[in-house]
Amino acid sequence: MRLTLGPLLYYWPRDQVFAFYRQLAELPLATLYLGEVVCSKRRLLRLEDWLMLGEELAASGKQVILSTLALIEAESELALLERQLGNGRFLLEANDVSAVQRCAALALPFVIGPHINCYNAATLEVLCRDGAVRWVPPLELSGDALALLRSSPKVQIACELFAYGRMPLALSARCFTARHYQLPKDDCHYRCVDHPDGLRLDSQEGERLLVLNGIQTQSASLLNLLPALPRLQQLGIDYLRLSPHSQAMPQVISTFHQALHDGDLERAAATLQRLPLHDYCNGYWYGRAGMVNGEITSTRSP
Amino acid sequence: MKRSAMELVCPAGGLPALRAAIDQGADSVYIGLRDDTNARNFPGLNFDPATAERALDYAHRRQRKVFLALNTYPQVQHPEIWQRAVDLGAELGVDALILADIGLLDYARRRHPTLRLHLSVQASATTHQAIAYYRDRFAIERVILPRVLSLRQVQRVVEGCGVEVEVFGFGSLCVMVEGRCLLSSYITGESPNTKGVCSPAHAVRWEERGGQHQSRLNGVLIDACSGSERAGYPVVCKGRFAVNGRIDYAIEEPTSLSVLDLLPQLQSAGVAAIKVEGRQRSPRYVAQVTTLLRRALNACAADLEHFQVDPAWSQGLAQLAEGSTHTLGALDRSWQ
Repeated sequence: MRLTLGPLLYYWPRDQVFAFYRQLAELPLATLYLGEVVCSKRRLLRLEDWLMLGEELAASGKQVILSTLALIEAESELALLERQLGNGRFLLEANDVSAVQRCAALALPFVIGPHINCYNAATLEVLCRDGAVRWVPPLELSGDALALLRSSPKVQIACELFAYGRMPLALSARCFTARHYQLPKDDCHYRCVDHPDGLRLDSQEGERLLVLNGIQTQSASLLNLLPALPRLQQLGIDYLRLSPHSQAMPQVISTFHQALHDGDLERAAATLQRLPLHDYCNGYWYGRAGMVNGEITSTRSP
Repeated sequence: MKRSAMELVCPAGGLPALRAAIDQGADSVYIGLRDDTNARNFPGLNFDPATAERALDYAHRRQRKVFLALNTYPQVQHPEIWQRAVDLGAELGVDALILADIGLLDYARRRHPTLRLHLSVQASATTHQAIAYYRDRFAIERVILPRVLSLRQVQRVVEGCGVEVEVFGFGSLCVMVEGRCLLSSYITGESPNTKGVCSPAHAVRWEERGGQHQSRLNGVLIDACSGSERAGYPVVCKGRFAVNGRIDYAIEEPTSLSVLDLLPQLQSAGVAAIKVEGRQRSPRYVAQVTTLLRRALNACAADLEHFQVDPAWSQGLAQLAEGSTHTLGALDRSWQ
């Protein structure tokens, strides 16, 4: 099992993005996903910048994959997709069926991103015929469901599991960060840049629930599949995806790397617990509410 | 200039609602089966095979159509439930299946080559390229567009996609792209994609506490207010939350969609059908909405250039709307 870094879902200044990726170049990551997934208005990095960064990372031995937007609506967004397709070097992660359609039409292999609704073997078969070479299952898919899928002889595709980080839960045509600042979406002042890890949303009782990230809504807790590592190994999962944030990401990567090699989950869990962001959840994996942490059934009380 | 009216597609959660919709002028009615295969999987709602047969008989005798919505995503544990539902639809002679899942579309097209297929809103197809994917592989004949596109974007899709386009005209409004929202399962474990539910009733609790009316979802406080105001049904996107110390509807105000004002533009754009949301609604509600929209659609077709919204229609619909306020939704925005 190897580690990958999912696309950056937040909006950071250009220099910060470059510095972030450059510090990761020497870390044990097999694949890095580059590109803007959330909002086409975020233009501090153009496609050319991402490609330049990609060249640098590829030169240090990393596999680079370009992620497409998760919600494609406008002609300009389809045009950006065409430019991504024509990059001539890197694979694409398709996060919208528009991207699947175009990859298939151009006979380009692609990764099925977590935003594509691929919940079963029949769908996976069709997507493989279309040229899919790797699959990131939907976040909702449980470990048992994945095990059943992996046991199907028809399903032979590399599997990359979203294993760590805030989960992208929903997409909208509206921007909730702009809404919070009472700004219209078309004049949003790019306020996302003020929130390097999103904008926290709590219940009226102070329970941390969600994070607003422009048009995307994320879980407030970070998904953490570290406790399920033995099962993931047993299932032959090929890659574990870590989704980036701004705080101590190199430590997250080395902790997962260490755990994969020495199997010392307790020590790894303790390290993760000491990091700045350490509210974890993994309920989906155990077939439960996504926000729950742990395997054991517990009844939430108000 | 007189043209034919856009098709009016109305919801039915049971036989009485279906009869009401047809009696009041719906061209088509969409229904679901009594299981996980449809996105309104609520207790006491939907059709068993025998009732579906009666529904089809009622509609077909009056030259109206019935569509069967199988618009959840087949789960690995029991994909055969969805496949059997496809076969049942074909046996019953429904006029179209409304499907979202790529694998199920593939199954339906292979098993039933002549069966009419519509692409559900839950497939989240928002561009002509995404629609082309389903058209080229499964010969879908209609797409239902997510409620996130602007009017201009709808026009572009109609021009470029080569299949009929159906848009939502009235009812509850999803602010999130349909088929790509896990907020319900994050809190309850059950979502529209997996179980056909959003904020399932068994996870909902209403409470009075500390002088507050509260609504909770699996224990999580989603809405709270005091005085004569009522806490809303705990749908996550419509809750009141704290962001930076300010408590408000951080995601969306509870409003309903109504496209009355835009009917001429939708008709000119070539939109084929207008859909009413609400299979969970009462037969009376369905009858009222159908009556008003039928009049509006006929008036629009009779004289597109001089179409004006009759205040009686908008008042009538306003009384039926959630939160009693209306929005044109994303259709109205000039921006991307």
